[in-house]
Amino acid sequence: MKKLINDPQHVVNEAIAGVATAHADILSVSYDPNYIVRNDAPVSGKVALVSGGGSGHEPLHGGFVGFGMLDAAVPGPVFTSPTPDPILAATKAVDGGAGVLHIVKNYTGDVLNFETAAELAEADGISVRSVVINDDVAVKDSLYTAGRRGVAGTVLVEKIAGAAAQRGDDLEAVASIAEKVNAQMRSMGVALSPCIVPHAGEPSFELADDEIEIGIGIHGEPGRERIKLEPADSIVDRILGHIVEDIPFASGDRVLLFVNGMGGTPLVELYIAFRRAAEVLAEQGIEVTRTLVGNYVTSLEMQGFSITLLKLDDELTTLWDAPVHTAALRWGR
Amino acid sequence: MALTGEWAREWISRSVSVIAENHVELTALDRPIGDGDHGENMNRGFAAVGPKLGDQADATPGDVFKMVAMTLISTVGGAAGPLYGTAYLKAAGAVAGRDDLDGAALVALLTAARDGIVLRGKAAVGEKTMIDAWTPAVDAAALAQAAGRSELEILRAAATAAEAGAIATEPLIARKGRASYLGERAIGHRDPGAQSTALLIRAAADAAAA
Repeated sequence: MKKLINDPQHVVNEAIAGVATAHADILSVSYDPNYIVRNDAPVSGKVALVSGGGSGHEPLHGGFVGFGMLDAAVPGPVFTSPTPDPILAATKAVDGGAGVLHIVKNYTGDVLNFETAAELAEADGISVRSVVINDDVAVKDSLYTAGRRGVAGTVLVEKIAGAAAQRGDDLEAVASIAEKVNAQMRSMGVALSPCIVPHAGEPSFELADDEIEIGIGIHGEPGRERIKLEPADSIVDRILGHIVEDIPFASGDRVLLFVNGMGGTPLVELYIAFRRAAEVLAEQGIEVTRTLVGNYVTSLEMQGFSITLLKLDDELTTLWDAPVHTAALRWGR
Repeated sequence: MALTGEWAREWISRSVSVIAENHVELTALDRPIGDGDHGENMNRGFAAVGPKLGDQADATPGDVFKMVAMTLISTVGGAAGPLYGTAYLKAAGAVAGRDDLDGAALVALLTAARDGIVLRGKAAVGEKTMIDAWTPAVDAAALAQAAGRSELEILRAAATAAEAGAIATEPLIARKGRASYLGERAIGHRDPGAQSTALLIRAAADAAAA
């Protein structure tokens, strides 16, 4: 294992120290308990957004703290949910009197820890609403599993709900926008290689040189099937098919097309995938009106990518276009 | 010994040791069907509990369990932290203010712990979770208590049932937690949460026998 680290036990603390220094104009970091917070928090009268989860998915979530997006991010250990106390501390730090929305990816640990933190915050008189993101179509049967996982689409929820909070929507309205985005988006990912959790030191799963895992989760959890490597266009066709048929997306729909890198796949390859996805959608009469391409929800050094489609309407488009100023996403301001 | 604050401290002290001795095995169980950190997370939590037992000299069992709950919630992380934290918190509530627990109080304690986990994790029996160790333990404890057994015998019955329950998770398909994404590939692996539950309930019986 070759990694640019000092001590596996210090990975998260040293990384957020770097984030604090690199983006001091936007955010600051509190330690023990660890959370990343907007410099101008709490913003009086604005609904505050808090997200978090295991580290290793950067820029998610700390890279999305700032104007028009998150008020705080709570980084847990690599691939492990934070405990309730840092989530509670972050929630208290950003509450501007209008309540706090927790944005939680649907993993059992994340859900339980955020739920506990929300109860403790409510006991302290802070109104908390939670939205659980579950955009991953790779998990088939939600009755017999922990349910669909929250993956790359989380970024779209954070951006759009963040814009709704920034324009002054109340807690119920911001929560309902977040729910709407979650309901109208679907994602699916593919891994070409595994990732290595620093303190584990070994790959989290094995893939032969000529194998890929279709439907991978963002921690390397298995997906739908393992197949032989195929050309990029065939891989895109496979996962885009599952995504389109799921809601389903139909001719005449306007969508945001998001091609996300898992960390180890270069942009040049992501654009090849993007090009194919846009072609296929055009053939089906699905109009791509907004786009995002890049490494936004990563899995350490995993090679792979995911595709997310979000069905847009005028309101969601306006909120997507609204100004945002974070370390990893910024426009219009 | 009688089920007093001293017993509660002895139980938790033995839990700290048994988790430390078995954390590598718990993590090994978690690797194929979870994310390979159950032993490490539990050991971090109980290692934080250990030093605090010294401050509990005059504590009731309820006080001890509450301290354990708050410590585990803030140190374990993952799913196990909130689940075990809730279990000890509900157990504390069930015996609040009491010392020298009788068989009925013991059954109430175990039942409250199990119900707390069900409430938090929304798992049912047969879904390959720690509930598959907890529920047989609660049932066996209730049966033994109804039959007029001693507190030690009740705890031993619960511990034996929890161990059998943990082993019985091996052929199951998981329907909760990360193992549920594996479908049939989870068959043949013991649930690490059920295994840690069996270890902890056995520690309660061993403490009562001390």
